[in-house]
Amino acid sequence: MTVAATTKTGVRPSWAGRRPHAPTWVGTVPFLAYVAIFLLWPTGIVVIDALKNPDGAWAFSNVSEFGNPLIRGYFIGSFKLCLLSAAAGSVLGAILAYAVASGDPDGLIRRLYLSVSGVLAQFGGVTLAFAFLVTIGPVGLLFHASWYFDFPWGIGLIYTYFQIPLMVLVFMPAIDGLKVQWREASENLGSSAWQYWRYVGGPLLAPAFLGGALLLFANALSAFATIQAWENQIAYIVPQQISTAMSSEVGLSSVNEASLLALGLVIMVAVVMTIYALLQRRAARWLR
Amino acid sequence: MAAITSVGETPIAAPAGRPRGMQAGRRRRLNTFRYVVFTLFGAFFLIPLLAMLRFSLEGAKLGTWSLSAWRQIASYQGSGIPPLLSSIEITLELAVITCAVMLVLLVPTMIWVQLRVRWLTRTIEVLCLLPLTIPAIVLVVGLGEIYNRIQRFSLSALMLFWIYVILALPYAYRALAAGLGGIDVKTLSEAARSLGASWFTVIVRVIAPNMRQGILNAVLLTFSLVLGEFTIAYLLLYTNLQVELYSISRNTPNAGVLFSTSFAALLFAFALLMILSYAGRGRRRSRG
Amino acid sequence: MNALVTAAKKEGTLNVIALPPTWANYGTIINTFEKKYGITVNSTLPDGTSQQEVDAVKQENGSPKAPDVLDIGLAVALANTKLFAPYEVSTWSDIPAAQKDPSGLWYEDYGGYMAIGYESKFGTITSLSQLLTPKFKGAVALNGNPTAANAALNGVMLANLAEGGTPSNISKGVAFFHQLKQVGNFNPISATGATIKAGSTPVVFNWDYLNLSSYVGVPGWKVFVPSGVALGGYYAQAINKNAPHPAAARLWEEFLYSQASTGGQNLWLQGGARPVEQQAMTSAGTIDTSAATALPTVSGTPVFLSQSQSSDAATYLATNWANAVG
Repeated sequence: MTVAATTKTGVRPSWAGRRPHAPTWVGTVPFLAYVAIFLLWPTGIVVIDALKNPDGAWAFSNVSEFGNPLIRGYFIGSFKLCLLSAAAGSVLGAILAYAVASGDPDGLIRRLYLSVSGVLAQFGGVTLAFAFLVTIGPVGLLFHASWYFDFPWGIGLIYTYFQIPLMVLVFMPAIDGLKVQWREASENLGSSAWQYWRYVGGPLLAPAFLGGALLLFANALSAFATIQAWENQIAYIVPQQISTAMSSEVGLSSVNEASLLALGLVIMVAVVMTIYALLQRRAARWLR
Repeated sequence: MAAITSVGETPIAAPAGRPRGMQAGRRRRLNTFRYVVFTLFGAFFLIPLLAMLRFSLEGAKLGTWSLSAWRQIASYQGSGIPPLLSSIEITLELAVITCAVMLVLLVPTMIWVQLRVRWLTRTIEVLCLLPLTIPAIVLVVGLGEIYNRIQRFSLSALMLFWIYVILALPYAYRALAAGLGGIDVKTLSEAARSLGASWFTVIVRVIAPNMRQGILNAVLLTFSLVLGEFTIAYLLLYTNLQVELYSISRNTPNAGVLFSTSFAALLFAFALLMILSYAGRGRRRSRG
Repeated sequence: MNALVTAAKKEGTLNVIALPPTWANYGTIINTFEKKYGITVNSTLPDGTSQQEVDAVKQENGSPKAPDVLDIGLAVALANTKLFAPYEVSTWSDIPAAQKDPSGLWYEDYGGYMAIGYESKFGTITSLSQLLTPKFKGAVALNGNPTAANAALNGVMLANLAEGGTPSNISKGVAFFHQLKQVGNFNPISATGATIKAGSTPVVFNWDYLNLSSYVGVPGWKVFVPSGVALGGYYAQAINKNAPHPAAARLWEEFLYSQASTGGQNLWLQGGARPVEQQAMTSAGTIDTSAATALPTVSGTPVFLSQSQSSDAATYLATNWANAVG
């Protein structure tokens, strides 16, 4: 107990020894209770609903719906869009992060780009969709490209608008952690810039880079408002179909289908985030 | 996890000023690279924003200019829906409440866990990461019941803060963990305890002030999140800023006010972040 | 009636849901009601679907925020009658028998015919097949997802009927949109008032009362209905059985079905929608004649999708729509 260890001067905290101590983890109860009520409980409801049929009886066979080609199609659509925006966002974001990090740490450019990233990483929804529509649309400020409305290219481009800033925010600490001494040391040993990146910088940054890419992937998986405002005449991705299943007014609404899709989404994201967590632990080792 | 740390915080391990020992040629190539990157990315981010700005300044006929969309921010009122200004107010209040509750919930818990309940660190980390894994649209399916009960006490949209705190957890946790990681919590707490401080004093008056940068970052990320949140408010039938903007966009051909409000919100968040980046810096310098 | 007005004023509030201000003149209707009776109208989720309205009733059951009245598509109404309270408005006998529930649980309110709105820059459209010509590249859009929204489903059905299909089989409609997609004329962008104004969705399938040039905000916006195809759709009113403001709810219904010159029926008419009591009002002379003559003309026998036709169409779309235009 650290309390006893610090009382070398003989001064004891006034209440020590007078009251029985509760176990120390009790201090975390408010937090745990809050999370249990507002996060774990709703998730539990969703998982349970996914495995029931409309009459309320258990229907574990619902899981076989994942084999339905239509349902597979939504997940494939989600996967395509997330892969595209995560790949583009992570590569471009890493380049931008490097450009920002390699400058003056106190300079204006760094502050500017970090502030912009903080703002744009949360920007999305109907305003983003519309902003792009009026920039590159039939009567847009710039050009009009016919591939723009094809899924996933156009919406993928729009997603990168908030994926790149997120990558910058997430990846910057890793680049900052590259000690300049390592670069100097490698140069002293006669390596070229390419060799430095190939053998020193690259491997050091790789876990953080992949971790960032995975975070972007998970971020894109859950995104809904932007694509719904952009093209909603068919459900391209899982969140859109969840919305259709919840609110269809032509008789196709099904809470069980919505919950099942949600369950699938949660599993997909959980896998991605677990890999992310493992990568982060490896990255943290080097950055200390 | 070293992921989203800060906006404007200069990393402890960063070299002071420009990297030393670089040859002039390499420096020149690096600078060219940087300026090309900044120009390209700057254009990419700016152009849709400029398109939004242009549409916000448009008059009734294409080609005329008018500030009416900006004036409408304060006066816009669609029939049957609350005035735009009231949804702006509600969202700002919601942001403040969410930040406050988030801090009260997270800061003491994280400090306590760091000090006395280290074995719970991994659990807290995973719990805080969970909201990223569970998309908002999934949460809403399960939140209906809970919010039904809450609505017996209060109908106000401010009740959204309960779930917004959960949504903010992943970002706030990262920022606070980065702040916490930079100070020697153990020594500070032992010193304070040995002088007779209660745990409350230790947390609130000794450690938290040393985490100021991390706390400010967490507050800012939470703020941006609340300003941009749409899905949960929409599906729970509350009206916040984004929901109102969405309604306006779908029901008014003259969407100018949509752009002016979004642009204003972005500018506001951006200004806050820039100020923060300078504020944090100042404090650091004054501590020597 | 006076007792109802007093009771409603005492309640002071009315919760409505999914009533966009620009849809069939609901903006004016809400304002008129508020001014006339001094009752505040809380309008939530203006963009919601009929299913969301019903979900809100279930979800918010017992809460003071629960919707009092519903304006929903027939399919959803028929599936959820156990949520409604029976009520017969004072003009009940003027509603055609086929358009109301005999026990008073739901009653149709207004409707329109499916049409295609388009910008005048395309000239004048005289037949559906013109939409497949290169002039319309990337231009043609529906008003939403037909597996989710009633209006969009009827849009596909319009194409279906114009292509010679029958109400029980929507395959020709889906095939038409597939063709549109293949020649590159299908526009997947979500069509809203704002996108129409911005010119990004120049051709939109939508109810005729939503295709009025005044609402769309585009001067010269034209409307085309394929000849011989009159696909109509009416929505229905219902009162929440557990409405938090039951008197206000009933007063609202009385207002909507009132045949006065500033009553709901004429206000809907001014919004370009056909009120359900139109026939009775024309005979009684209470109808707003100028608004009535301004309605878009339709030729051919009116077709209204039955419950089973609509669900068959939905089932077909569920499996085939995404592949056709995705």
